[in-house]
Amino acid sequence: MFGPGLWRYGGMLDPMREMQRLQREMNRVFSGMGQPLHEELPPVNVWVGEGDAVVTAELPGADPGKVDISVVGDTLTISGFREAARLGEGESYHRQERSHGRFSRSLQLPFHVEAGKVEAKYDRGILRISLPRAEADKPRKISVKCE
Amino acid sequence: MDSKIDYEKKQAPVPVETERTRNRRVYVPKVDIVETGSGMVMYADMPGVDEKSVEVTLEKNVLTITGSVEPEALAGRSMAYAEYDVGDYERAFTVSDEIDRDRIDAVVKNGVLKLFLHKLPQAEVKKISVRTE
Repeated sequence: MFGPGLWRYGGMLDPMREMQRLQREMNRVFSGMGQPLHEELPPVNVWVGEGDAVVTAELPGADPGKVDISVVGDTLTISGFREAARLGEGESYHRQERSHGRFSRSLQLPFHVEAGKVEAKYDRGILRISLPRAEADKPRKISVKCE
Repeated sequence: MDSKIDYEKKQAPVPVETERTRNRRVYVPKVDIVETGSGMVMYADMPGVDEKSVEVTLEKNVLTITGSVEPEALAGRSMAYAEYDVGDYERAFTVSDEIDRDRIDAVVKNGVLKLFLHKLPQAEVKKISVRTE
């Protein structure tokens, strides 16, 4: 259900996700449903700093208006739709390798995010989301007094 | 990239493979090719390129698309999780003689390179008809 939890799994290892992917794949094969929902797309990189995190995603050819970004607590969801080229009369595909259709990605970040201050930019096919850490979630320094 | 240096001489494979002078990863962009009545339209996914960093060349009948992307480092942050790597793009296609070499249009938008290949008018294509005896 959620993507890789940076915090929970401490990195890339996430066997649960792999199993879920397999299950989805099986369901899709046996149910014969048409358009798959890409939950592996888009590929993301996550950068974490002191006060914020930056998520970049490769999303070539997307319409920025059709990309939804939502943040709840420490979970970021990127979803949207990429259209395939519309074929006119007498046109046909020689090759079709690019992915299109619906996609939805959820990522768990290592901290809670100030949802109101999230900014997203789309440039040259790369989506860049900057997620400032919630004020309440920031580590507080406790000074040690001596008596 | 590799901190180990091999001091021994290495034998070259035969025939000698061409190598890139830059030590950077190269990716094959995914493409869609659509045949239209008057030609072909090619879409190549190359996230990170713009009109300055993408190049399309046609030599004889080999159409090569290349793009270079500078890897970025975000100051004060470290990479916590990575699913994609940044590098250059390169892919080559052979195009048929039906394509008009002088009229190839290229547009890049949102990391997608779009190429329009126009077909020559039928009369200009030299096609040798085969008869039976």
